[in-house]
Parts: sequence; structure tokens; C-alpha cells
Amino acid sequence: MADGSMTNVFLAAVLSPLLLGVINRTKAFFAGRKGVPLGQAYYDAAKLLRKGMVLSRTTTPVFWLGPVAGLAAMTSALLFVPLGGLPAAVSFPGDWILLAGLLALARFLTVLSALDTGSSFEGMGASREAFFASLTEPVFLSALAALSLKGGASSLNDLCAFASTLFAENLPAAVLVAAALFIVYLTENARLPVDDPNTHLELTMIHEVMVLDHSGPLFGYVVYGTAVKLWIFGSIVVSVCPLFRAASAPFGVLVALAGLLAVAVLTGVVESVMARLRLLRVPLLIAGAGVSAVVGAILLTGVGR
Amino acid sequence: MSAWDQALWVAFILLNFLLLGTSRLSVCVRVLSAQGFLLAALPWLSSSAITGHTVVLSAASALLKGLVFPWFFMRALDAAEVRREVEPYVGFGASLFVGLAALGFCVWLARALPHPSAVSNVALPASLFALMTGLFLIVSRKKAITQALAYLVMENGATALGMALLHWEPLVVELGILLDLFAAVFVMGIAVYHINREFDHIDTDRLNYLKD
Amino acid sequence: MIAALVLLPLLAGLAALLVRRDGPRRTVLLLTAFVHLGLSASAWRRAPAPLWNGWLALDPAGRLFLGVTSLLFAVAAVYAVGFLAREEKGKQKDADEAGAFFLNGPEAIFVGCLLFFFSAMTFVTVCQHFGLLWVAVEATTLASAPLIYFHRNHRSLEAVWKYLVVCSVGIALALVGNLFLAVAAAPNGGPAVPLVLSEILNQAGHLNVPWLRAALVFFFVGYGTKMGLAPMHTWLPDAHSESPSVVSALLSGALLNCAFLALWRAAQTGVAAGQAAFVQDLFLILGLASLAVAAVFILGQTDFKRLLAYSSVEHMGVIAFGMGIGGSGVFAALLHSVNHSLVKGMLFLLAGNILAAYRTKAVAQVRGVSRLLPVTGPLWLAGFFAISGMPPFGTFLSELLIVKAGLDSGRWGVTGVFLLLLTLVFIGMSRCFLNMAQGRPDGNGLVSPTKEKRIAFLPSLFLGALSLWLGLTVPGFLQRLLQETAARWGG
Repeated sequence: MADGSMTNVFLAAVLSPLLLGVINRTKAFFAGRKGVPLGQAYYDAAKLLRKGMVLSRTTTPVFWLGPVAGLAAMTSALLFVPLGGLPAAVSFPGDWILLAGLLALARFLTVLSALDTGSSFEGMGASREAFFASLTEPVFLSALAALSLKGGASSLNDLCAFASTLFAENLPAAVLVAAALFIVYLTENARLPVDDPNTHLELTMIHEVMVLDHSGPLFGYVVYGTAVKLWIFGSIVVSVCPLFRAASAPFGVLVALAGLLAVAVLTGVVESVMARLRLLRVPLLIAGAGVSAVVGAILLTGVGR
Repeated sequence: MSAWDQALWVAFILLNFLLLGTSRLSVCVRVLSAQGFLLAALPWLSSSAITGHTVVLSAASALLKGLVFPWFFMRALDAAEVRREVEPYVGFGASLFVGLAALGFCVWLARALPHPSAVSNVALPASLFALMTGLFLIVSRKKAITQALAYLVMENGATALGMALLHWEPLVVELGILLDLFAAVFVMGIAVYHINREFDHIDTDRLNYLKD
Repeated sequence: MIAALVLLPLLAGLAALLVRRDGPRRTVLLLTAFVHLGLSASAWRRAPAPLWNGWLALDPAGRLFLGVTSLLFAVAAVYAVGFLAREEKGKQKDADEAGAFFLNGPEAIFVGCLLFFFSAMTFVTVCQHFGLLWVAVEATTLASAPLIYFHRNHRSLEAVWKYLVVCSVGIALALVGNLFLAVAAAPNGGPAVPLVLSEILNQAGHLNVPWLRAALVFFFVGYGTKMGLAPMHTWLPDAHSESPSVVSALLSGALLNCAFLALWRAAQTGVAAGQAAFVQDLFLILGLASLAVAAVFILGQTDFKRLLAYSSVEHMGVIAFGMGIGGSGVFAALLHSVNHSLVKGMLFLLAGNILAAYRTKAVAQVRGVSRLLPVTGPLWLAGFFAISGMPPFGTFLSELLIVKAGLDSGRWGVTGVFLLLLTLVFIGMSRCFLNMAQGRPDGNGLVSPTKEKRIAFLPSLFLGALSLWLGLTVPGFLQRLLQETAARWGG
């Protein structure tokens, strides 16, 4: 295990809800509104934690698993994620597969607890979530595998470091892989154009419909978990980008945070200028990401002189 | 091989994927036009020397493939008053996967052949891939107009192959090829017009009377 | 001379488009055909001077196929005049669908395109440069497409669309073959070798083998499509059965030969580069595949024009098989292509007469041809014997030579399969032909013997007589040219 720092984990724990605020403010700016305060997610989480809960009589203890164990899995996943130039807290060969596994576990538990409510709406959302995830996961893995095949690196830390050097060497391939990762980031976090986080119509929602029955502290965990997940994928995107990698520690942290900020603003911009895709078109978008990852891989490995 | 050269070839590959994945005919026509311009731009960015020959061909390619053919197709789309969708036999997602497999095959083929020097190493698979995309589109799309379009994509692949291999046919031959292409689009356009008038649509799945 | 050969039909075609009255236009057609035939005959006797640094020249193979094309076109032109006079103006009853009507295309476009088509085929025979050859072959497709759509109904529209798409795609692949051949000639970016046949043959020893083989595969698929070799033959039955009979005769007798010539030139480079075995294997595989496909579809055929079309696939298979055997098989294959052109031209023209008399293409509804059509009937039977390789017709001789070459080379297995497939084809053909020729008229269509116009049967009679002549003796001038051509094949 390489020596890493816990900085990223602490930063994520404290700052991740802020990302949601930044995205919302960006969208508000484009819509000409003033928008909610930057710290709204903090207030929401705090408010929810203080509230009581309503539990449906049909639910079993599985219902608790989603938010609680999901958040636990998500925070464990944080350990393996580098942030810009900062190495991950824990790093070993193949850790990115464990990372994908932890994220899958969190999703699996969320889906289970959604199904546990016995509501048809939540079942529908769960099925959509599982469907899209089954598409994004291979894309995510193949994007990283592309990097691994070429660079020989095997931990997420090294992969990101390698990817950032690619921009100078093989720009088209690097852009393709980065684009694939960005689409994965959007899809995994249920952002536009896959899922509209603002919608409150059960028929169109994907992620949010699954957690309709959660209330009080459990819902607080869900909100917080969402923020952490955004942070995880955001930091992967930032780490791949050579712009936001700086070696020295204090400066590196600042640059990386600026990178995350930029990703959040970019997300806000994407959400402001795009409409949600029809549900049937979403797989095509993800397939497009897959194409770009595989073409990147072919450019990296297949046509090497 | 300059980075620009390579970027252009990658764009060429991605355009083919766009053709495979899009459901709109107008997007297909635009992609075709973009490919025409890419082909016109290629000789300027690759390392080969610019001669009067390449200038003439580049201009002719931009004019015909970038402007005239797409204009012709757009007009045909307007005139035929057809539904502006591609109507595939093979779904778009599946088409993308077929495209990936085809790209893999092209890379394999390009590596199996001895590599001519002074040739960008993405160029050969990229142009072969355009050829395969065209072939696949012809068999997997219903509309007659899409088949004509896909034929041009194939032809673009062949032209790109010529550029990839840095092989220039003599000017008269190249112009002959362009002339043939023009005539082909013209004749196919007339056929599409007649198909549209005869059947009130241009789906080739109704062209199934003749068989054994 | 070469320029005159190509430009004469081209200009005549333009003239035909401009002339407004039918009579003069038909005169232009006939005049062009016979002047061209005369020019070809003189080119046959003495090779004309090459043009454009040898890009356009008449080598023995070109002379052979130019002669066949020109002869067949002259015969077809005579028939076409009769055909055009016979076709009614205005709405016509559809032969295959009761109650359906169709219009004919404008006669000016028909005659014009016929001449353009002829010009393009002539151009194919004189091209020595592979790029120009490609342009010429694609031009034949485009010029002949309007001919297939002369009877403007949905079936011919379908046929012409398939023809355009399948052939254009095939030929696009042949273009890739051209490019690969260029790379094979200069694999390391050295000075480019011009893609002229003679230059490539000079350089043959230095060709890069993997690239050459890839090029050959593309050529076989590309020009093989145009030649109607299975499994790329799918356009052929539709186009041949739906076009007017005179066009079918030209497609089958002349166009397929031109495609064969293009393939011949491409394959020649492979043989010269020491890849004879590879080339022969490709020919053998495609030849046997064509024979097999043709046999299957001929056995169950219900449409006599499609029957003839599949017979063309079969004979292209026979030619490819002869090429695949190599050695004396090459000579036999060339002879067979000449024989096939004559007989198939004759049969398609006769099929046109039968179609005009009975107004149907269904075998089941045509009975008693030999009784009701006093000249077409016996000729139809004679044509059947000729096309299935019976003595004393030329096809017998050439098929016998091919089998002999196969047995001489010790390839007993493939020759056995070849003979078996020919037998199957014979069974299928005899069922249709004999039923049509004999049998009692069932009251539909024709019931009483009809007097036929001379212009309708003389062309077929002439072609049949030629085929008979070639079966009795191969004339010296033809034999010399065939031997000269086969000698250029090398291998």
C-alpha cells in the first residue's frame, strides 16, 4: 500500500455538499434567478437529521440498509480516490475494481431498499437505475482499463497520473477517455441529460424516485451520500485533467479544489443548456461514452507503432 | 504525422460512429458533409507535399462532397416529404456495438498488413472503418436514401484510404472517379424519386417482390 | 482509332438524346452499331496505336472482348429496332400482374443510354490503367441503370435499385483493390509506379505480397460482383429478368464479359507476381459457389427469364472454374466466355419474342412454343441444347476442354463436383425448356400459330449459327487471338 494522505477524505466529508450548492447556483445564474444559498445542502442535511421518521408498515430492516450501508460504502470508496495531485489515502493494484464494487454495493442496497417499500413507483425507478448502471459500469471500467493497458499502471492513483500525461502525448485518445469519464460522472450522479435532479414527477425521475419513502435522518444520509458520490466522480475527472494537478501539497489542494469547482460549474452549465434525454435515448448516450472509451483504448494500444 | 493529422483521423472515426448512432436523417447528411470537408482538409495537414494536384482535388472534394451532395440529399429529403428518421433494421445501440467490433477488425487488418512508412498509423484503420460503416449502413437501414448516403460514406472511406496511403491517382483518374460519383448520386437520386412516387415512401423493405 | 471506338457511341448517344423523331434515332443506333463493328473488326486484324502513354491500348484480351461486345451490340441493335417498333406507346398491360399497367420510359433516353452503355463497355476493353478501368466499369453500371427501368413498373424499379446499390458497392471495393495494388507496388513510399497493366507486370517481381493478396481479394469481390459470381450475384437475376430482353442480352452477353475482363487484368498481376495458386483458388471457390447457387435456383425456377439469368451465373461460374484450373483451362475459359455471349444473347432475344407473344414470364403458362412460334420455337430448343453444352454447339467444346484441363491437372475431386453441378443445372433447365417448347397450349395466351417478323428472329438465328460454327470448328483468327490472350496470362 502506498502512503497516501487522508486529506481528500476529510475534504470530501466537509466540502462535498458544497458541490451541490455550486451546481445549483450556476443553474440559477443561467436561469436569471438568485438561487438557493451555497450551503443549502448542509442546511437540508442538518434539518433532516433532527427530524423524526415515518416508516411504512410494509418495510423491513432492509429498508435501512440503503441509506446507512450505502453511505458507508460510499465513504469507504473515498479512500481510493485521488484528488488532483493529492494521492489517495489507500492505493494498491486493482483498487479501481474495488472502488467500482463499492459503488455497485451502494447502488445495490439502494435498489433493495427501494424495492422493500413495495411501491410500484420505486420499483420502476430501481429498474431504471439498475439498467443504466449496468451500462455505465462497463464504460467506467473500460475507460480505466484502456489507461491501464497502455500505461501498465494498476492503481487508480497511477492511472489518473498516467492519464494526465497523455494529454501532451496523445491528445485525441486522452480527450476521448476523459469525455467517457465525464459522461460516466453525469450518469452515475443522475445529472442531466440522463436524469433531471429538479424533476419531481415520479414517472420521469430515476434516482430520486427510489428514495421517495425515506424521510428524516435516513433521507439526510441519502442527501449526504449523493454529495459524496458527486465528489468521488468529480475528483476522478479532476485527477485525469493535467490542468489541476500540482505537486506541492498546500498549493496542490487549492488547485484540485479549483478543479472540482470547475467541474461543478461545468455540470451546472451542461444542465442549463441541455434538456433531459428521452429515457430510451439514454442508453445511446452511454453507449456513445463506451464508444469513446474503446476508441480511446484502440488509439492508445491498437495502433501503436 | 502531426497531432492535427491524427486528430482529424480520430474525428473521422467518431463521425462514423455518429452515423451509426443517430436516428435523424438530417444529421446523417450533415455528417456526410463534414466528412467531405475533413477529406478536403487532410492533404493540408498531413506531411505530404502540397501540389497543384492536391489543391484541385481538395477543392473538388470540398465542393462536391462537402456542399453539392449534402445539398442534393437535403433537397431530396424535402421533396420526398418522408419521415425524417433513419428507420433501422438493426437498432442504434446494436449498431454502435457492431461499429466497435468493425473498428477492432480494421485495426487488426491494418496491423496484419506490413506498415508502409510515412503513413499515419490511425489513418489506415480509420479509412477502412469508414468503408465498413458504409457497408453496414447499407444492409441495416431501411430507406433507399440512407443506402445512397451510405454508399457515399463507403466512397469517402475509399478516398480516405487513398489519402491515408499517400497514394494519388493521376489527376484525370481522380476526376473520373469524382465524375462517376456525381453520376452515381444523380442516378440514385432519380431512382429514389421514382421509388418515392411509386410506393409513396422510400423504404426498401417494400422492395421485396423479386425473389426466388 | 481507340478514341474513335469509344467516342463514336458516346457522341451517337448524345445525338440520340437530341433527335426528336423515332425513325432517325433508330437509324443512328443501327449506323453506330455497324460502323463500330467495322472499326472493331479492323482493330481485331491489326492492333491500333496506344493512346495516352499506353493507358488506353488494345491488348489481345481487350481485342477479344471488344470484338464480342461489338458483335453482340450490332445484333442487339437490329433486334432493338424491332423491339422499339413493337412496343406500344402509352399504357401497357403488365405481363405478371393482372390489372396492372405501366408506361415505358422515353425512347430517346433508352436509345441514348444504350449507346452510352456501349461506349462504357468499349472503354472497359481499352483501359490499361487500373484507375481508368475502375471508372469505366462504374460507368457501365450507371449507363445501364436507366435501361433496366425502361418498363416503368415497381418490379423493374426494385431491380434497378438493387442493381445500382449492389454493383456500386461492389465496385467501391474494387477501388480499394486499386489502392492496395498501388501500395503493393511501392510499399515503402518509394516512387509511385503508375497503375498501368504493363508497368505493374514489369514490376511484378517486386510487388509486396501481403498487400497484393489483400488487393486481389478486394478485386475479386468488387469485379466479381459485377461479373455475377456467387455470393455477390444477388442483383443479377432481378436486373436480367426485369429489363427488356434486348437489354438482358447485352447485360448477360457483353457486360458480364467486361467485368470478367476487369477481373482478368487484376488477377493477371497476381499471377505475374507468383501468386498463381492464390488467384486460382479464389477463382475455383467463386466458380464452384456460383455453379452451386445457380443449380439450386435453376432447379426450382418458375420464371424463364430468371432461369436464363441464373444460367448466366452458372456460366460465369464455369468460366471462373476454368480460370481456377489454370493451364489449358484458361484458353477454354476464354473460349467459353465467347460461346456463352453468343448463346445467351440468342436466348434472351428469343425470350423477348416469347414474352411478347405470351405476355407472361411464367414457365407454367407457356406451352407449345415450338408449334405456335414457328421460328422462335425450334431456335429456343436449339438454344437450350447450346446453353447446356450439348454438341455440336461451341459450349460443348469449351466445357469439354475445361473438364479435360481439370482432369489433366489431376484435380479429380473438384472436376467431379463441377460435372455434378452441371448435370443438376441441365436437369433444371431441361424441365423448363422442354415444357415450354412442347405441351399443349392450354387456351391461355397464344392458341394458334403466329407468323413472326423477320427482325424478331433473324438476330437470334444469326447468333445461333455462329455458336454452331464455333462448335464445328474454331476459326483460325479466333484461335490465334485466344491463344495469344491465354499466353499473356502466364502462370
